[in-house]
Amino acid sequence: MTHRLIDPRITDTRLKETPSQTAGPYVHIGTAPQAIGRQTLYRQPGPVAAEGPGTVVVEGTVYDGAGAPVRDCMIEFWGADAEGRVGRHGLFGRTTADFATGGFRFQTVKPGVHREGSAPHIAILIFARGINLHLHTRLYFPEDEGAIANDPDLKRMSPTDRAALTGVAVPAAEHKTYRFDIHLQGAKETPFFDV
Amino acid sequence: MNGLHFYRRERNQHPPSYTPGYKSAVLRAPFRPLVSPEQSDLEMTGPVFGHSDVSPIDADLIRNAMVTGEAIGERIIVHGRVLDENGRPVPNALIEIWQANAGGRYLHTNDSYMAALDPNFSGCGRCMADAEGYYKFRTIKPGPYPWPNNGSDWRPSHIHLSIFGEAFAQRLITQLYFEGDPLIPMCPIVNTIPDPEVIERLVARLDFKNQMPFDCLAYRFDIVLRGRRQTYFENHPEGL
Repeated sequence: MTHRLIDPRITDTRLKETPSQTAGPYVHIGTAPQAIGRQTLYRQPGPVAAEGPGTVVVEGTVYDGAGAPVRDCMIEFWGADAEGRVGRHGLFGRTTADFATGGFRFQTVKPGVHREGSAPHIAILIFARGINLHLHTRLYFPEDEGAIANDPDLKRMSPTDRAALTGVAVPAAEHKTYRFDIHLQGAKETPFFDV
Repeated sequence: MNGLHFYRRERNQHPPSYTPGYKSAVLRAPFRPLVSPEQSDLEMTGPVFGHSDVSPIDADLIRNAMVTGEAIGERIIVHGRVLDENGRPVPNALIEIWQANAGGRYLHTNDSYMAALDPNFSGCGRCMADAEGYYKFRTIKPGPYPWPNNGSDWRPSHIHLSIFGEAFAQRLITQLYFEGDPLIPMCPIVNTIPDPEVIERLVARLDFKNQMPFDCLAYRFDIVLRGRRQTYFENHPEGL
């Protein structure tokens, strides 16, 4: 049996990915109608991906290069379930910045380990006016200090960057809550991924 | 699912993040290089949506927000196929769209353009591609509108599209434009893409033969999402 890997440099017959364009300031109409006082479409994802005991809350603000909150962004989150299962078992949702404060908030489960050796994390995408192609970052959890130190992706990053990707536990009455701020630009710029 | 990784995103097929001609990007563009981790099952899978999550009326923007009658404007069909970079259809892709009404006005708290709202039009729709990747919307052609950028710039008619393929790595939000619109080459957002040939792939083509006779014109817009690296065994695609 012949087994050959097609080298894309030789046979470049691939189609080109459709180019991205900014989601713009009216992204809520199509993706998060509840943010502008309208009903979501049937089963359209929202900021609560899981309810009940054991769920966690993530809250934060996206800041621009001048330190101003990005009040019109839409954020998507995607993580494994508590057992580390993805695909059909994964948890997905969307939240938007509050028009007045710029803060966002979502609720999901603390993911399990989906790949041996990796620290648990939630993938986070940011869409907004002025963002030409969505930005991809990750939220890690402060209680996983040991796993974070040994994570193959994080090992290559500076302690400052690892800290920037790690949520901060904050006291909260109902759910375990983490603060996760995102800086688009400047001295505190958040690490973004090309996955 | 299989374990084949996705091709890296070809960044030259997208706008760069810092595009000073589009002023909103100036303070929102990261400058540090992106981190490239190995892809894991988290990115190689994604949220699963089913046809039962979507109602057929969601794809008909002429009627999906009716109060007193159908939406006002030029009646059109926007349809096409969702493929991956390997040319393989992406079955069951979820496509959400949003757009301005025929006068160029969005039904949104933050849009204060003087053009009238249409009480029968919300500008929000969605559909799911079929097993062969085909999708179809009925809507009205959105109007152009002015926006503050370099003084009064004008957006060409456009529809925003949000697409979920089978993997989070394929996630994409973009905008489609309409063939022949003279505002396309003047638009600072269009021109965040430096290569005119790349821009062409955002232009929906008039598809005259697929009109609904005496009802709607049709525009064709195919969508390409990222594809997986392929290994061939005896010329049979493996893992497809």
